[in-house]
Amino acid sequence: MDLSNPYIQAALQFLAIFITFNVVLMIVAYTVLAERRILGFIQGRLGPNRVGPGGVLQPFADLLKFIFKEEIVPDKSTRFVYFLAPIIAVTSAMMTLIVYPFGPRVTLPYFGQVELVIARFDIALLYVLAVTSIGVYGIALAGWASNSKYSLMGGLRSSAQMISYELSLGLSLVGVILMSGTLDLYEIVEQQSGWYGFKWNIFPQFIGFVVYLTSAIAETNRVPFDLPEAETELVAGFHTEYSALKFALFFMAEYINMFTVSVLATTLFLGGWNVPGLALLFAPGSIPFAVFSVIGFFVKVFFFLFLYIWLRGTLPRFRFDQLMAFGWKFLLPVALLNVVLTATLVWLGVL
Amino acid sequence: MTILIFLLLAALTIGCAVAMVAQRNPLYSAIALIGVFLGMAGIYVTLAAPFIAAIQVIVYAGAIMVLVVFVIMLLNVEEEVRRPIRLRRLVPLGVLLAAIFFAEAAFIIYFVETSAYNPPPATQSNVGLTASVGTGLFTKYLLPFEITSLLILMAIVGAITLARRVSTLEGGRTRLRATEETRSQTSAD
Repeated sequence: MDLSNPYIQAALQFLAIFITFNVVLMIVAYTVLAERRILGFIQGRLGPNRVGPGGVLQPFADLLKFIFKEEIVPDKSTRFVYFLAPIIAVTSAMMTLIVYPFGPRVTLPYFGQVELVIARFDIALLYVLAVTSIGVYGIALAGWASNSKYSLMGGLRSSAQMISYELSLGLSLVGVILMSGTLDLYEIVEQQSGWYGFKWNIFPQFIGFVVYLTSAIAETNRVPFDLPEAETELVAGFHTEYSALKFALFFMAEYINMFTVSVLATTLFLGGWNVPGLALLFAPGSIPFAVFSVIGFFVKVFFFLFLYIWLRGTLPRFRFDQLMAFGWKFLLPVALLNVVLTATLVWLGVL
Repeated sequence: MTILIFLLLAALTIGCAVAMVAQRNPLYSAIALIGVFLGMAGIYVTLAAPFIAAIQVIVYAGAIMVLVVFVIMLLNVEEEVRRPIRLRRLVPLGVLLAAIFFAEAAFIIYFVETSAYNPPPATQSNVGLTASVGTGLFTKYLLPFEITSLLILMAIVGAITLARRVSTLEGGRTRLRATEETRSQTSAD
């Protein structure tokens, strides 16, 4: 088999994307379970622990339940848009998964030197921003097409929220881009290796990191920014009228977005797959080095996912005007200040 | 392979463009327009201009069209009613102009394109890369860039002025006249 053949490369690429999608869906399923159990422990109860040992088969039971539930389509909904919305939500959430580097260069038998990233290209970071900006339509159109006042209000709220926080999210990334001088995620990660972890961007870009984390939580519509599904006011927000598998798609999109946002935080601020001091134990490029790097990467990602769940267990919800004021009057100026500060320091040659 | 991808993207773009004009529901038109922008972004990628493709999606599909969809959703625009075509006599003229346009395009494709002009291979071009766009904007094309920024700033200021509708009273004092629309908008916010 000739590995330089473009068709074989394309086939391998497809295989890698297929595996990634499945792995991420499994991670998502178990994030849901972890969320329910951790929330249970925070609230002094057990959480789901009946299906399988310790509840490990719960996600599959949930999936089966979603598949066999009755699908109810509102009578006066706009059919085409109503069916299109969950598809947009899930597709745009999954499309970003392929650009994240999850491991270092490794020399494998037979394959030679491999970079552990599925698609590496010049504008990976812009690609992520572009695809996530499409995700707004899933929610806005779902709210509109359901022909229900709760859905419409939820959809409008959440798209207003996502548009507002997208600005500070983008601006908080500019600091990292200015420092590394590239939009290629793989290179951004490589620049953060060495110095036993003190080269991670979180140290010079701490303001950017905090702004990113805050606006990322708002972007994914999670507590304390989960206004779109404020149960007491809006029933279930934009997905009030969605049932069975279509609801499951929105649910899945939300958790995939959580995962990608955590991966992006790891990649840009926490050094991606860099594990401090690992180069002392194994030679860079060897297989054990790569294995432990990948494990380190996922440990960081799971830390962020845990943070999400932890916040959900502890914080109350914002009011809508507070949310908007916080985004526009506090987060955006801070992000702008961070950009100006970083640009000045880079210009002076300090960073 | 490239030609296959191009044909797919072109079909998507043109199909969505036709749907955008033909649809009577304004929201469907907006969705079709998003499809046009996405298809064009794909074509930019095949032309080795990834930066422009990403910006196309972020700015047009991600920002401007969200506003359009927002407005359609908020105002709840009704479906367009089919009306009889007025100015029936102009239809032959339109057909003639369209024919001339297609003849021109065919002329360019079949006679000009096959002449001595040889475009450089797409992989060697650096027109659409981030670095070349950035250096171009801030060195060679700085003045047009600044003028454009100023124009956009003027448009923003103008939009805010129009939206506030400040009227002058006799005493020289200004007063905010909240019209029915702005009042309902602020309460919706």
